[in-house]
Amino acid sequence: MAQIFHRSSNMIARFSIVGAVVFLGVLTFVLYEIALSPWYTNEHAVLQQPVPFSHRHHAGELGIDCRYCHVDVEKSWYAGVPPTQTCMTCHSQIWTNAQMLEPVRASYRTNVSLQWNKVNELPEFVYFNHSIHVAKGIGCTTCHGPIATEPLTYKTGTLYMSWCLECHRDPAKYVRPESQVFNPFYQQPSYGAPVTFEGVKYTDQASLGRVLVKKYDLQTYQYCSTCHR
Amino acid sequence: MAACLAGLALMLSGCRLDMHVQPKYLPDWPSKFFADGRSNRPAVPGTVARGELRIDELMYSGTENGVLSNRFPFPITRADLERGRERYNIYCSPCHDYAGTGHGMIVQRGFPEPPSYMIPRLRQAPVGHFFQVMTNGIGAMYSYSSRVTPADRWRIAAYIRVLQASHNAKLQDVPDAERQKLTQAPAAQGQTPGQAQ
Repeated sequence: MAQIFHRSSNMIARFSIVGAVVFLGVLTFVLYEIALSPWYTNEHAVLQQPVPFSHRHHAGELGIDCRYCHVDVEKSWYAGVPPTQTCMTCHSQIWTNAQMLEPVRASYRTNVSLQWNKVNELPEFVYFNHSIHVAKGIGCTTCHGPIATEPLTYKTGTLYMSWCLECHRDPAKYVRPESQVFNPFYQQPSYGAPVTFEGVKYTDQASLGRVLVKKYDLQTYQYCSTCHR
Repeated sequence: MAACLAGLALMLSGCRLDMHVQPKYLPDWPSKFFADGRSNRPAVPGTVARGELRIDELMYSGTENGVLSNRFPFPITRADLERGRERYNIYCSPCHDYAGTGHGMIVQRGFPEPPSYMIPRLRQAPVGHFFQVMTNGIGAMYSYSSRVTPADRWRIAAYIRVLQASHNAKLQDVPDAERQKLTQAPAAQGQTPGQAQ
């Protein structure tokens, strides 16, 4: 009986098996990279806002405490976007002619809220609580990045579950002394710039983290229901 | 290939965002239902939230029988003073500065200068005066009642008294051990937290 397939078919068969495996591998890799890319996660993307508010100016250059505007961050899951009244506390007196601030004044005059666009937006099946994080030595900039250097606000994390778990598995890598939680310029300890906690100087995050985790009784909650409740 | 695409289409049609975008309101979200466009609702006039009944005249208005009081509604402990200092530094220092002399950063940027706490009028003012100013605002200063709780306003008032006392303190008022440090040459300065650069 004559051969149906030519000898070269063996080659094609082998090639297609290997090719399929390689193709799936490459496809997985590409999709993974796309999912992590700022193009997809919107990291570092500046959103259009009604007023080009600068955290660099207010929190960085003027040194206004985060809690001056985000008043609920210590007692609520929600840090709070300030009402127009908070802006006008100062801007009723300074920069009163700035065209840039006209939407703020209009909001105050007409009692219509400014509609800010949310930069750090979690899916609605996630429960996140600000108050417990700031009470346990997790600083604003740990999640929000170098906010006091950002002229326009952008997010600096993927906000993926893996991103949350990165810290929930080992908070010692990120925890800082309670007094530094709202310091937007806090840097983790290094040999050049040690961090003092309770009279002891620490030159690396590993040793400081170990002490703070114990001191603040940090939990490594990874139950589904911790965040999906 | 066609089967693959059909399979993919079938799987994608299973993707829904019902859980991702839920039909609910979270704080500050806009609303199409309410006339003012807000989902945050103000309390109905005449209602009192639990724990918000404000019948203690001294605690909530700083007066006793209509006269500004020089008493605190609760005993001030060291913890209260420390809380007062923290709240003062957050909410007051932008204008009144960390020492209370009225040269804060926002004043340096053009805000009308508030009086120093050290002037005789404010040194003699009853403590209820400070509570009332924080609650209602005065002159160019807005009310802070939505940002600082009544108890914290009293703690800030107590801390203002501390600033006033410290401003007129004499070297003899400092305990012996600490006095040594003040008279020595200043050591290398540490980093001030929360300050620019």
